[in-house]
Amino acid sequence: MIPCSFFPAKRVAAVAVVLAVLGAPSIALAQIKIGSSLSVTGPASFLGDPEKKTLEMYVDEINKKGGIDGQKVELIVYDDGGNPNAARTFATRLVEEDKVAAVVGGTTTGTTMAMIPVFEEAQIPFISLAGGIPIIEPVKKWVFKTAQTDKMACEKIFADLKKRNLTTIALISGTEAFGKSMRDQCVKIAAASGITIAHEETYGPGDTDVTPQLTNIKGKAGVQAVVNTGFGQGPAIVTRNYRQLAIPLPLYQSHGVASKQYIQLAADSADGVRLPAPALLVADKLPDGDPQKPVVTSYAKTYQDNTKQEVSAFGGYAYDGLMILVEAAKRAKSADPAKLRDEIEKTKGFMGTGGVVNMSPTDHMGLGQAAFRMLDIKNGDWVLVPESGS
Amino acid sequence: MAELLQFAFSGLTVGAVYALVALGFTLIYNASDVINFAQGEFVMLGGLVTVFLLAAGLPLPVAALLAVVASTLVGLALYRFAIEPARGANAVTLIMITIGASIFLRGAAQVIFDKRYHSLPPLFGDTPIRFGGAAILPQSLVVLAGALVIVVLLWAFVDRTLFGKAVLATAANKLAARLVGIDTRLTVGFSFAISAAIGAIAGILVTPITLTSYNIGTLLALKGFAAAMLGGIGSAVGAVLGGLLLGLLEALSAGYLSSEFKDAVAFIVILAVLFVRPQGLLGRARVERV
Repeated sequence: MIPCSFFPAKRVAAVAVVLAVLGAPSIALAQIKIGSSLSVTGPASFLGDPEKKTLEMYVDEINKKGGIDGQKVELIVYDDGGNPNAARTFATRLVEEDKVAAVVGGTTTGTTMAMIPVFEEAQIPFISLAGGIPIIEPVKKWVFKTAQTDKMACEKIFADLKKRNLTTIALISGTEAFGKSMRDQCVKIAAASGITIAHEETYGPGDTDVTPQLTNIKGKAGVQAVVNTGFGQGPAIVTRNYRQLAIPLPLYQSHGVASKQYIQLAADSADGVRLPAPALLVADKLPDGDPQKPVVTSYAKTYQDNTKQEVSAFGGYAYDGLMILVEAAKRAKSADPAKLRDEIEKTKGFMGTGGVVNMSPTDHMGLGQAAFRMLDIKNGDWVLVPESGS
Repeated sequence: MAELLQFAFSGLTVGAVYALVALGFTLIYNASDVINFAQGEFVMLGGLVTVFLLAAGLPLPVAALLAVVASTLVGLALYRFAIEPARGANAVTLIMITIGASIFLRGAAQVIFDKRYHSLPPLFGDTPIRFGGAAILPQSLVVLAGALVIVVLLWAFVDRTLFGKAVLATAANKLAARLVGIDTRLTVGFSFAISAAIGAIAGILVTPITLTSYNIGTLLALKGFAAAMLGGIGSAVGAVLGGLLLGLLEALSAGYLSSEFKDAVAFIVILAVLFVRPQGLLGRARVERV
């Protein structure tokens, strides 16, 4: 609940002394205040924690290098614990008490949606780190986002299926929020992508065996591939049962399992599974000419050196959000929220960890399809699927 | 036909897990009339402690043994520090205490271990045994065999040893049992310890199939409770039968009806048993003591 200021106590004290001596009315002009409310604790802590660390790390670095055009950056982070009500309260505090110029944060779609009305009304630019499509569709004047959406993951999977001429699929989805939301998106865009979903099954978040559902998929004539949308341990159980039943069809997972933990849980069964994932996960495996390689390897290295933890996509979203704002502030040469907003919307060709960002008045995310890479799992590790082949 | 066989295999695998949890319920219920809703947490502890000791470099048998010992101690502590001080309270109060204990254990596990899912290596590899067009994992057979061994041992203990009879006598009438010289605190405490051990063994056996994490206990306790009710609460054989039946019902409804209804089966079973045959399949109708 205590704001984490990025001014070391000593410096704050020094500034206070200088202020007292000079009797200067304010030094606010020499600062850019960035606010944030993240889910650092609670059920979404594995998203919010790397986000907070990333923001702190990079704001520190920016200030060490002299700030943005000589203006120091002050970061104020609150922890909403994943609770939308708390997030809304902190949003109000960021506006009224902290008087921030812009906000980077909002870990989950739920907390983000709760904060949007506050920042829209106060006319402060807000870059969310959550995945949900409702954040940017319909477009809201002051709201932007950096994380890829599950719709893009579906599109990526379907494009890969088309390339392999596998157009009739079975869909098995978890009933938890992530699995269900992605399932809905996949069903919505299937027809337009030339994919027929011939059969659908679901499983609960606590299920320990899905062989009955998979047996039904196995017995369904005409199915050429199976897609599993889900998060947590469910996809690992699906993968194990899939191999147990020796289903000969290709198995696709979602970006929800794009972590080493999934491979550990599914063990040998994970071999041959294909999934879309952000480039950040395979930073060291990207070919040298890849335009995204420098930014993802540099972020991954900085994060790992500073935190001694394995890099995750979520911290990357925070990096992208902060850097889009910093670039916008450099162009705006001002900490005025309205000018910042206009410049964020003009972001073109920004190379982030999530992909190339090209914002426009009609697209407040600006990520192209290249944001996701297709990966195969081989011998317990990720293997990049060449974009041209299949 | 192959489909039905696969559903049956799936049902028996899951059912064996429910059966082991139901067995734990049975023993404590027999000794103290308490339904211990922290039973699922013992399953969680058995699995997680083994996973973390294994990761710390101990060989699997040692890790498993220590996990059973640790869970047994937790079971004893549950009795000594939560149930025993409330002796004389009615059964509903004691049941609420166990629910509180389960929440506490879950929270503690979250802090001591972590919030992630973990797995253990299966005993006999993970190449499925194929039979009549269906496949079953060797570990599923291990779980079934484990349930069988435990139920036989339990039956032998209760029916063939003096101490087992003392446990039964304590359940029947605590005051009378004390009058004939039975240390009822010892027998009830013992039943908590054994239940915890059974839960831990179940957790170790099923983790290679079902994975484990700090929060698996709640759902297991619920399903195990439904299984115990179905089989007739208080009957060890009934617990195993109820567990396997419940697992089969779930698998068949997921396979033939819709996977959406699967979790509802356990609740429907509880309701059906309460309405139609409150004493369960193998339970004796209990006479209310006045």
